[in-house]
Amino acid sequence: MTLFIISILIFVGVEALPGDLTEAVLGQSATPETVAAFRKELKLDLPPHIRYLSWLGGIVRGEFGNSLANGRPIADLIGWRIGNSLFLAATTAAIAVPLSILLGIVAALYRNSFFDRAISMVTLSTISFPEFFVAYILIALLSVQLIIFPSISNINAQMPFLEKIHAIVLPCLTLTLVVVAHMMRQTRAAIINILASPFIEMAKLKGLKKTRIVIFHAFPNALSPVINVVAVNLAYLVAGVVIVEVVFVFPGLGQLLVDSVSKRDIPVVQASGLIFASVYITLNLLADMLSIISNPRLRNPK
Amino acid sequence: MEETVTATLSPICVPLPAHADTPKKGGRLRLGLSGGSTTDSLDPATIPDAVPQSVNWSLRNNLVEISADGKPVPELAESWESSPDASQWIFKLRQGVEFHNGKTLDAQDVVESINHHRGKDSKSAAKGIVDPIKEIKADGKDTVVFVLDGGNADFPFIMCDYHLTIQPAGTKGAEFEKGIGTGGYMLVAHEPGVRALTKRNPNYWKEGSAYFDEVETISIADYSARTNALKTGQVDLINRCDVKTVHLLKKAPGVQIVRVTGTKHYTLPMRTDMAPFDNNDVRMALKYAIDREQMLKLILRGYGSVGNDHPIAPSNRYHAADLPQRKFDPDKAKFHLKKAGLSGHTFKLHAADAAFGGAVDAAVLLKEHAAKAGIMIEVVKEPNDGYWSNVWLKKAWCTCYWSGRATEDWMFSTAYAADAKWNDTFWKHDRFNQLVTAARAELDDAKRREMYGECQKIIRDEGGVIIPMFADYVEASSNKLRHGKLAGNWEMDGQRLPERWWFA
Amino acid sequence: MAFFKLLRSSPLSARIGLAIVLINIAAAILAPVISPYGETEIVGDVWVSPSPDHYLGTDHLGRDLFTRLVYGARNTIAIAFVTTVLSFMVGALCGFFAATLGGWTDLSLSRGVDIIMAFPTLIFALMVLSVVGTSITSLIIVIALLDSTRVFRLSRAVAMDIEIMEFVEAARLRGEGTWWLMRHEILPNAMPPLVAEFGLRFCFVFLFIAALSFLGLGIQPPTADWGSMVMENAGAITFGIFTPLVPAGAIAFLTVGVNLIVDWFLHLASGLED
Repeated sequence: MTLFIISILIFVGVEALPGDLTEAVLGQSATPETVAAFRKELKLDLPPHIRYLSWLGGIVRGEFGNSLANGRPIADLIGWRIGNSLFLAATTAAIAVPLSILLGIVAALYRNSFFDRAISMVTLSTISFPEFFVAYILIALLSVQLIIFPSISNINAQMPFLEKIHAIVLPCLTLTLVVVAHMMRQTRAAIINILASPFIEMAKLKGLKKTRIVIFHAFPNALSPVINVVAVNLAYLVAGVVIVEVVFVFPGLGQLLVDSVSKRDIPVVQASGLIFASVYITLNLLADMLSIISNPRLRNPK
Repeated sequence: MEETVTATLSPICVPLPAHADTPKKGGRLRLGLSGGSTTDSLDPATIPDAVPQSVNWSLRNNLVEISADGKPVPELAESWESSPDASQWIFKLRQGVEFHNGKTLDAQDVVESINHHRGKDSKSAAKGIVDPIKEIKADGKDTVVFVLDGGNADFPFIMCDYHLTIQPAGTKGAEFEKGIGTGGYMLVAHEPGVRALTKRNPNYWKEGSAYFDEVETISIADYSARTNALKTGQVDLINRCDVKTVHLLKKAPGVQIVRVTGTKHYTLPMRTDMAPFDNNDVRMALKYAIDREQMLKLILRGYGSVGNDHPIAPSNRYHAADLPQRKFDPDKAKFHLKKAGLSGHTFKLHAADAAFGGAVDAAVLLKEHAAKAGIMIEVVKEPNDGYWSNVWLKKAWCTCYWSGRATEDWMFSTAYAADAKWNDTFWKHDRFNQLVTAARAELDDAKRREMYGECQKIIRDEGGVIIPMFADYVEASSNKLRHGKLAGNWEMDGQRLPERWWFA
Repeated sequence: MAFFKLLRSSPLSARIGLAIVLINIAAAILAPVISPYGETEIVGDVWVSPSPDHYLGTDHLGRDLFTRLVYGARNTIAIAFVTTVLSFMVGALCGFFAATLGGWTDLSLSRGVDIIMAFPTLIFALMVLSVVGTSITSLIIVIALLDSTRVFRLSRAVAMDIEIMEFVEAARLRGEGTWWLMRHEILPNAMPPLVAEFGLRFCFVFLFIAALSFLGLGIQPPTADWGSMVMENAGAITFGIFTPLVPAGAIAFLTVGVNLIVDWFLHLASGLED
C-alpha cells in the first residue's frame, strides 16, 4: 500500500519537474520537431495517467520495462547495482554499527572522562566535514600519498571478492566516519538518560559494578532509541550515498537515480525509488519489531 | 571541385618530445572521462556528450573526417565533387570496407544512416544540420548523391558531424546499442555511465590507426576523482581539466598536460526580443562592462584567449583579425547605459555550471566588473538539472557555451541567422542574414573573406551576445602516451584519440 | 541572574562551548566591521597563501578567505538556526501528537513521514528545489521539512516510551487533556534526546547545503556560506592546499561548541552527579 502511494508520488513528482526526457537528452540541440518525434516514439505524448497505468500493469506482471533513454531492460540496469549498493552498505554497517554502539557504551560508562571527551570531539569533527570532503582527504592521504588503496572503486562483476573488498575500503571508511558519530552519540545519550532512572539507583545501592549496570541494566533499556537511529543510518547507507558514489565512481543505485531524475527517465526513477522505499520500509518494520521486543512494557500492551 | 576547402583550423598544440616516435601497437588505454551518464545510448541520433562521442567514433566512421590540420579528408568516402553552384554533391565510397558483423559497406548503408537524422519522425539532434539536404540517393553500390536546397561550398564539413556516423542499413532501436560500425574498435561491454570496453578491430581498413589492444572508457563525473585516478595510475588520460589546478597537476610525476586552442567559446546571450536587451545601448553597455583579461586570467587561468563578441575563433579560416579588440571601459559602459535611460537598473544574469565549468564564478566576476561602471547585476544561480530546457532560450540573459563550428557559415546559420534553430539571442538583422546566405554559395575566396569580415563586425557591434573568451581544450595524460599533431575541432584530439594515439 | 549562577557552576567544557558559540555569533554580527575587504570583492590571485594582507589567504576566485569566513558565519548560522528550529517545531509537535493520540492520527502521520523518508533525502530535495527554485527561503523550508521527518521519528519513539510510564497514566486518570500531557509530562521528559539530536541536526544543515552545492544546487553565489565554501575549494586538497580546511574547520569548531553546551544541558537534565 505504502509502495503504491510512493509510486504515484514519484510519478507525479517527476512529471512535475520542468521538461521531459526528450528535452533532457537532446539538451542544447533540441528543436520542437525532434522533441515531438522523440516523444511519439517513447509514447510520452500519451496522457500521464495512461502511462502510469501501463507502467503499473507491467509491475503487477513483474516487469520493470525498459529505460526510455537507451531502451535497455531496467531489470538488467538495476540488478547488479542493487548488489553493489547492498554490498557497500553491508560492509560499512558491519564495521560502523558495532563500533558506534561500543563507543557509545564506553563513553557513557566513563562519561566526562578524558576518553569520553576525546571520542566526542573526534566524532563531532568528522561529521562536521561534508562527506565528499572526508572522501577527498582520505584519498589524498591513503591513495595519493601512501599508495595503499585505489582512489576509484569502479568494481565490476568479474572482479574476485577480495579485490572488490580492497576496492571499496575508502568509500567504506568514508561512510563509517560519516555515520558513526550520529549512532554513537545517540547511544551515549540514551544510556545516560536511563542512568538517572530509579532502578539504576537501586542497582547501584545493591552494590553492582558500574560496568555491569551499564551493560546489563541501562543498555537494554536504552535499546529503543538506539535501534531507531541504527535503522535510519542503515537506510541512509543503502539509499543516501550518491555523493560517495560520485566521488569514488562506484556503480551503485544512487548515481543511477540521480542521472535518471535529471534525464526524466521515469520508469527507471520509479523502479529504483521503489527499491529504496522497500529497503526503508523493511528496515523500519524490523526496527519497530526489535523495539517492541526490547521493551517489556510495549511487549505487553494493556 | 574536390577539396575546395583549405585549412580552417590551425590548432596550437603544446610541442611534446613525443612527436618523433613511430606509433606502435599494444596496451590497454584507460580513459577517465567526464561527460557520461547512465542514460547514454549508442544511437548516434541522441549522442549527448563526450563519453558516447568518443565511444561512437571508436566504433564507427563518417564519410568525411576532419584532419588534425582542420581540413576535411576522406574517411568512408574516397573522394567527392560538387556541381558548379555547390548545390549537388557526389560522394564515392571506399571499396571493400567491412562492418564488425562482416557486412560490406555500400551506398544503401550511407543513405539509411543519414536518413536516420532526416524526415518528420526524426528525433535526431543533428536534424538541423541535415535539413538543407533535399534529396539523398544511392547511385549504384558505391556512389551517394546529395541534393541541397541551395549552394553550400562547405558541405563536406557537414558530413564530419559526430552524429553522422555510418551504420549497417536496417539498424534500428536497441540494435544501435550493439555498436556495429566500421571503426577501429569493436564493442565488448558497455554499461552506460560506468564504462565501455572495446577491443581492436583486426580487420580495420584505415592504415596506421587504432594502435591499442583495448580501450576502456570509464565515466568519472567528479573532477577531483578524475585527477586522483590519473595521479594514482588508475587511468591513463582525463579530460576537462580544471584550469584552476592545472599548474599543480603539471607538477605531478608522470603527468603531461595536453592543450589545444580550438573553436570552443563561452557566451552570455541576451534576448534581443525582450526588454531591456532589445535596446542596443544596453547591450553595448554590458559589452563594455566586462574585464575580459581578468576573466581569462581568473576563470580560465590563461588557458584560452579573449573573445571579441563574435563567435569566429582566431583559428577559423575567415577570422577578422583587423577588428579592434573590445576592451573593459567603464566610462563607455556608463555612457551607453545612460543613453538607454537605465542607470540604476538591476540586470538579472541566470547562470549554472551546466553552461560551462566556472559559469557561476564568471557571472559573479562580471557582477564585480560591472559594479565599477555603476551597473548592477544580480546573479541567479540556476540548477544544472534541466538548464538547457528551462533557462537557455527562455531567460532574457544567461550563460551558455558553443563548441564552435569548423566553418563560419555553420556557426552563423546555427546560432545567429534569423531563422536559425538555436538563435539564442533571438536576433534578426537583415543585412547580416543577406550576407550569410550570399557567402554560403560564394566560391571566390577574397569576396567571401570580406563578407564574413562584415558579419563579424555586425555581430560584435549590434548582436545580442557577449563573448568574453575562447577556451582551450585541456587534458592530462600519463607521459607514456604519444600522439601526433592534435586536432582542435573537438576535445581529446577531435574525439579521435583512441584511434590516433599510442603508448610509447 | 539564575543563569549567571548556573554559569558559574558550569564545567570548563561548557564554558569553552559557550565561548565558541559567542565568538561565532559576534563574528556574524560584526562581519562588516571586522572583515578587511568586501564580501565579494576580488583582491588577488587564486589560492594565495596566508600573509599579513590576507590572514587566511584567498579562495578559488581570489577573494579574501577571512572576509568570506566571517560573512559566511553570518549567513550560515542564521540559516542553520532557523532551519533547525523550524524542523524541531514541526517534527516534535507531530511526533508527540502521534504518540499521545495514537490510532488514526499516529497511523496517518507515521505513514506520511514514511513515504517522505522512503525516498532518498538528497534526491527528494533535488527534485523539489528543481521545481520551486533555490532561494534561501525555499532551501530553509525544504531542509526543515526533510529534517523534521527525522525529528518526528525520534520524538515519537521517545514519547511512546514516556507515554506508558506510570506518571502519564496517573495524569490521564486525573483527566488532563492531550495538550497538557504533552506540555507537562512528555516534553520535559523527552527533552534530553531531543536536545542531543538538535546539536547534531544543527550541523547537518551545513552539510546538507554543502551536499546540495556538490550536486549543483545550494545557496546563490556570491553569498558566502561555509558549506559552499568547502565545496568550491574542495579540489585544492588533492594538491595539498589547505584552503578548504578553513571553512570545514569552522563548521567543526561551531559544531563542537554547540555540542559542548548540549552535553552540559544533558548532564544537568539527567540529574546525575559526578
